[in-house]
Amino acid sequence: MAQHKVDYTKSGGLPVALTSIDKLANWGRSNSLWAMTYGLACCGIEMMAAGASRFDFDRFGTIFRASPRQSDVMIVAGTLTKKHAEFIKRLYDQMTEPRWVISMGSCANTGGMFNTYATVQGVDRIIPVDLYLPGCAPRPETLQYGVMLLQKKIRANTANKSQKPKRLM
Amino acid sequence: MAQVTNRLTPFFENITFDRDDNELVLNFGPQHPSSHGQLRLMLHLQQEQIVKAHPDVGYLHRGMEKMAENMIYNEFMPTTDRMDYIASSSNNYGFALSVEKLIGLEVPRRAKVIRMMLLEINRLMSHLFWLATTALDIGAMTVFLYAFREREYLMDIIEGYCGARLTHAAIRIGGVPLDIQDSFIHQLRVFLNKLPENIKDYEDLLDTNRIWLMRMEDVGVVSKELALSWGCTGPMLRASGFAWDIRKEEPYELYDEVEFNVPYSDKGDNFARYKIYMQEMRESAKILYQTIDMYQECVKNNETELMAHAPKYISAPKLDIMTQNYSLMQHFVLVTQGMRPPVGEVYVATESPKGELGFFINSQGGPYPYRLKLRAPSFWHTGILSDLLPGHYIPDVVSIIGTTNIVFGEVDR
Amino acid sequence: MRAYTPKDNVQAKSYYTDRYYVSPQVPKQDVESDEVFTADLAAISAKFKVNESYIQVGQMVVYINASDIYGVLELMKETLEYTQLSEMSAIDFLAKDNTFEIFYQMLSMNKRKRIRIKYSIEKGQAVDSVEKLFRSADWSEREMFDMFGIEANGHPFMKRILMPYDWQGNPLLKTYPLEGDEFAAWYEVDKIYGKEAREAIGPEIRDTARVDRYDSERFSRLGFEVPKGTEITGNEPKNEESYQEDGGVFLIKKFDRDSSTIVDDPQR
Repeated sequence: MAQHKVDYTKSGGLPVALTSIDKLANWGRSNSLWAMTYGLACCGIEMMAAGASRFDFDRFGTIFRASPRQSDVMIVAGTLTKKHAEFIKRLYDQMTEPRWVISMGSCANTGGMFNTYATVQGVDRIIPVDLYLPGCAPRPETLQYGVMLLQKKIRANTANKSQKPKRLM
Repeated sequence: MAQVTNRLTPFFENITFDRDDNELVLNFGPQHPSSHGQLRLMLHLQQEQIVKAHPDVGYLHRGMEKMAENMIYNEFMPTTDRMDYIASSSNNYGFALSVEKLIGLEVPRRAKVIRMMLLEINRLMSHLFWLATTALDIGAMTVFLYAFREREYLMDIIEGYCGARLTHAAIRIGGVPLDIQDSFIHQLRVFLNKLPENIKDYEDLLDTNRIWLMRMEDVGVVSKELALSWGCTGPMLRASGFAWDIRKEEPYELYDEVEFNVPYSDKGDNFARYKIYMQEMRESAKILYQTIDMYQECVKNNETELMAHAPKYISAPKLDIMTQNYSLMQHFVLVTQGMRPPVGEVYVATESPKGELGFFINSQGGPYPYRLKLRAPSFWHTGILSDLLPGHYIPDVVSIIGTTNIVFGEVDR
Repeated sequence: MRAYTPKDNVQAKSYYTDRYYVSPQVPKQDVESDEVFTADLAAISAKFKVNESYIQVGQMVVYINASDIYGVLELMKETLEYTQLSEMSAIDFLAKDNTFEIFYQMLSMNKRKRIRIKYSIEKGQAVDSVEKLFRSADWSEREMFDMFGIEANGHPFMKRILMPYDWQGNPLLKTYPLEGDEFAAWYEVDKIYGKEAREAIGPEIRDTARVDRYDSERFSRLGFEVPKGTEITGNEPKNEESYQEDGGVFLIKKFDRDSSTIVDDPQR
């Protein structure tokens, strides 16, 4: 009826009502980012500290879940070794879409100081990564900032369109 | 580009059903929130009782011993941080001490006092972290939040000293690089004065808690023979009836000058270990008070040396490097080529928060260690699970893993 | 001319050693200088052949024959009160004389003494398991098998412990490079995606310090971020990075710095 009022050049060509739903969905998604505890090594301790009393991750709606099926973002905190690599892929596959991955710390980003036979040189060889956090180990503040950036990224996307599955290759 | 799907065969979650006998095989880990890292346990179950446990480690094997063979001695120091990453300085110290024994260095007194302070702060941090995680695993979320709060105060003190929260690298071969900052003593005193109150809080919450007692008392009993046979050390050994503390028996640094007790128990169960951890925190606080006095004595006696004087192995102080040509040359050689310790072997054990942390170094006279073996206490405390778990029930697994206090950076190295 | 790199030891080596440099030795004392060690050594040498013995850095080192190890450790555990096996492993001397040196680090809590028992074996020779005496040897011997390929006779479960079961090569051998061989480099890719994915995923980037500032696929310059794949010219506009977008965020109140309290003292 009032189709002519919709400006197709703005808000991704969606009617006004849909963009509001979009915003609402993104608001919900970005403010209840449930993280999967993937504490592998030292960074895992800082990840725990980020969730504990002083830094209090719950303020952002980020609650650590132990199950991949209940979580939206996988925080890979620590060194991924070649022996472990297959499990990170399995758990990533079990997460439901939309899903995001934060690679926390040098070891997860590039292998870091462990330039050896047993270390995977960056988790992005196995799973697609959205955000890389530098540091060895990154401070809890870094992780919180990273999650805030991820929230911003989520808000920038359209929520109601089915997301293109992220591919490693 | 064509999408390549993965090759991993699906396995149906964690459980194997298709067996002829009554046994069920349950896979625990390697990514489990209460496996304290990356422990994988294959549990054979009869109903809910474990009949066979098979711990599988190596999921955090990063090749540290191999790295050591390819690094000069000083270069390896930050790598030791990542072993027992909850108490980094104790690893730094173990390595520094073994190299010092190898080359026969004597560390100045003031450096020794600062090292002891760092070691005991690390012990407190480690024990608080242990309490937090174990309580969380058993369901006591409050204690987790409380213990982490106290741990953050210590983190701040350490951060003021070396700039890092977790990976300190605060101890060098031959001493310590820096004097402690001005606010260190004050902050530490404030913390220590509050600590007994805090520990009492935890104990009030846990000691008479019915759930805590049921999960802890008479669960995971390590007999004397088992503890010896598996090479258990630290709180694991002391809970089984041996008052063996390397700080007391083979004193290093100035531990023979400070007064402290070694808590031990002959019960050997989870609760005994919990009590020992709590008591050790009090003892650490006692040692810290004494080191503060020792430090102030050093200041009074004007002992300013922080690094040992050994131009062949240790760089001169920064001021000398900046002003004297020979010191600069020496420093250049030591940084680019590395020190060359004498030919020989050394095994030095220190009491880390987890137990006996030993460094075996075989030096062939080159700037790289020929062989470096890290004797990490957690490795054997993980191994003992295969003998300890059978006979227990599934819920006990978590509390037993908790009280063994294993850290996987150290188990797998 | 290429520099010669010996194949039997591919570990890092110092690029310069003074021609006249003679390494000093860690001093060794006679066993007679310590009463407890003298008695222990006498007890061991009464039953077994002792090839060499001395005290180094406060610990006695005893060299025995490889076949005697079970007997020696049994004697030490039963009668000499060395109740704990702290550590055991091997040292690779294959490049020197084609042998491994195995060491056992023993601890007596009653005597407060530590002894190191050592012996050499040829390459390919197996050692006798002491798992029956000390359960801790169960895992140590597995680790030794994993890292050096030395098998232990009579061990109940001789499998790799730190590396995956399907791993190839023994990482702590001097012939094994630090960064691993071809098999190690592609291990995770082969296992998860299959060999045909190698090309798509690409080789490992081992230089962790490498940053290509013209590569917008993998790197971004903080404050000057551009969309992935953009050609970088150097004239990128500066992005003021803030947590919240300009127009404000749906349903969220903007944080006001002025109306908040800042706590300076963490131990207030």
